[in-house]
Amino acid sequence: METNKTKWGLAGASVPIMLWTLIPIVWIVATSLKSTTALADQQQNVFGNFWPKSISWDNYSLIFTGGAKDLFVPALWHSIVVCLVATLISVVLATFCAYAIARLDFPGKKAILITALTVSFFPVIAMVTPLFNLWRILHLFDTLPGLIIPYITLTLPLSIWILSAFFQQIPWEMEQAAQVDGASSWQAFVKVVAPLAAPGVFTTAIIAFFTAWNDFVFSSNLTAARAQTVPAALNSFTGASQFTQPTGAICAAAVVVTIPVVILVLLFQRRIVAGLTSGAVKG
Amino acid sequence: MSTVAETTTGERSSARRSEKKAGLSDRTRGERRLGWKLAGPAFIVMLLVTFYPIAYALYLSLFNYRLTDPAARKFVWFQNYITSLSDPLFWKATGITAFITIVTLIVELIFGMAIAMVMNKIVLPRKTLRTVVLIPYSIITVVSAFSWLYAFKFDTGFFNHWLHFLSFGAFDPTYNWFGGTWSSLTIICLSEIWKTTPFMSLLLLAGLAQVDRSMEEAAEVDGASWWQRQVKVVFPSMKAAIMVAVVFRALDAFRIYDNPFIMTGGANNTNTLSMLVGQTTVSQAEIGMGSALAVLLFVFVLIIAAGLVRLFKVDLTGGNK
Repeated sequence: METNKTKWGLAGASVPIMLWTLIPIVWIVATSLKSTTALADQQQNVFGNFWPKSISWDNYSLIFTGGAKDLFVPALWHSIVVCLVATLISVVLATFCAYAIARLDFPGKKAILITALTVSFFPVIAMVTPLFNLWRILHLFDTLPGLIIPYITLTLPLSIWILSAFFQQIPWEMEQAAQVDGASSWQAFVKVVAPLAAPGVFTTAIIAFFTAWNDFVFSSNLTAARAQTVPAALNSFTGASQFTQPTGAICAAAVVVTIPVVILVLLFQRRIVAGLTSGAVKG
Repeated sequence: MSTVAETTTGERSSARRSEKKAGLSDRTRGERRLGWKLAGPAFIVMLLVTFYPIAYALYLSLFNYRLTDPAARKFVWFQNYITSLSDPLFWKATGITAFITIVTLIVELIFGMAIAMVMNKIVLPRKTLRTVVLIPYSIITVVSAFSWLYAFKFDTGFFNHWLHFLSFGAFDPTYNWFGGTWSSLTIICLSEIWKTTPFMSLLLLAGLAQVDRSMEEAAEVDGASWWQRQVKVVFPSMKAAIMVAVVFRALDAFRIYDNPFIMTGGANNTNTLSMLVGQTTVSQAEIGMGSALAVLLFVFVLIIAAGLVRLFKVDLTGGNK
């Protein structure tokens, strides 16, 4: 009986946790579905100004086809390109690095890991000032490469750290076992090593991508108009006229950039958790 | 680190037997060379993209250098540091940053631990809960900031109406949360807590999973209450995980930028150190002064990191052996 009681108690405790987590998400969706008049008038909404009585898609058409299109659509592309390129560069470099750390014995191994950890604690804004000056001299200010380079600061140390932890858990003896069984080194790599390493590399890529996707410090300070990413663009939205607030458009844009990421989380929840906590807690 | 020990003893014994030495050191040397060939590029890129800007900031911080007037650039030694350190605005921003760091850290530790405990023991909506809890982690901080900003604004928000309803009309629905320092900071902290508690609770959950169940059961048999079991058995055995979570979170919270930037833009004395660096550099184009502030922020983070690591005696690389 006692266990049954605990079971229901825990199920009950999970309800407020899930509500606390979900309300801000549902709220931003609700706000994105409000028309301009509903945003200004409580009478048109229910549940204490929470949900609109009639759903309006105006905000979505505003950001994809209307007045905010020229700001949002390019920003979306910039975000995708910059984050993908930074993630790709980091994960490729980190894969070699982590493989060496996990499998080979060489001096300086620990120094690399400590450097990666130190760098991931850097106050990113401290890099903005020197880069702001340097990028103006090199004409990299407000360009995509001018963002990709600082984004590597965010993604590379993280990738090295997570991947080394992943690779250290791989049973590498299986590679030799395969070779003993007559596989060539190429076959051993393709059939044994790659399938073992791929999930770790993939998970690391997702986490690195999230980190770059989240950045606001670099993109709001190192871009002006031509290379803005979504978080910076959200901040520079203006209303249809100077007297209207851009609330609806910002929320619609926020929902658009949030959905794909939430889907990724839903699909790969277990792996992401493993990646985030790897290496941190086993000590 | 047993491999290192093996190699050193191996090398020492092989010094006596020269025949074996040649083979072993060749292999060791080859392994070392390959190790650096593979790890080197990543290491060099990492140093280039991070330490170079920091070194450049150190250099720039010694100049009186305004971007709008580059001809007047002048070497002024530590003048920028003296000006910053004697500026009340700098100390105010430091205080606000420290306040946010401490408040969010304490709340998240309690909250994260509670969530981790539920996640650890829960049977029924186990997978759903674990997935839902991860959602805030994946949301862009700026989006979270806007969501909380609009929720608490008295014109577009819902929160005032809910409070008004729950307090049977006692709470004024036109209360302006963003009109004062402390009410603004409350919302900034709430958004920050919402966004980062999942990460905290995951780290703590990983720690909880390693607690020896039999010890807890033994304590239960001996008549220890639930609370006694947590304090005497569970928390001490997951000490490492708690410390790691605290260090990670404290250093992350100290560089807070996105939330206050979106919500108040620094109004009502809510400027944080990171925001001050950004404003000095970009809006005022004071490169020399901005660099000095950046270096000071960097030094603060180093002091906090060193302090926490020494205080807790954590080996952050412990898991990566």
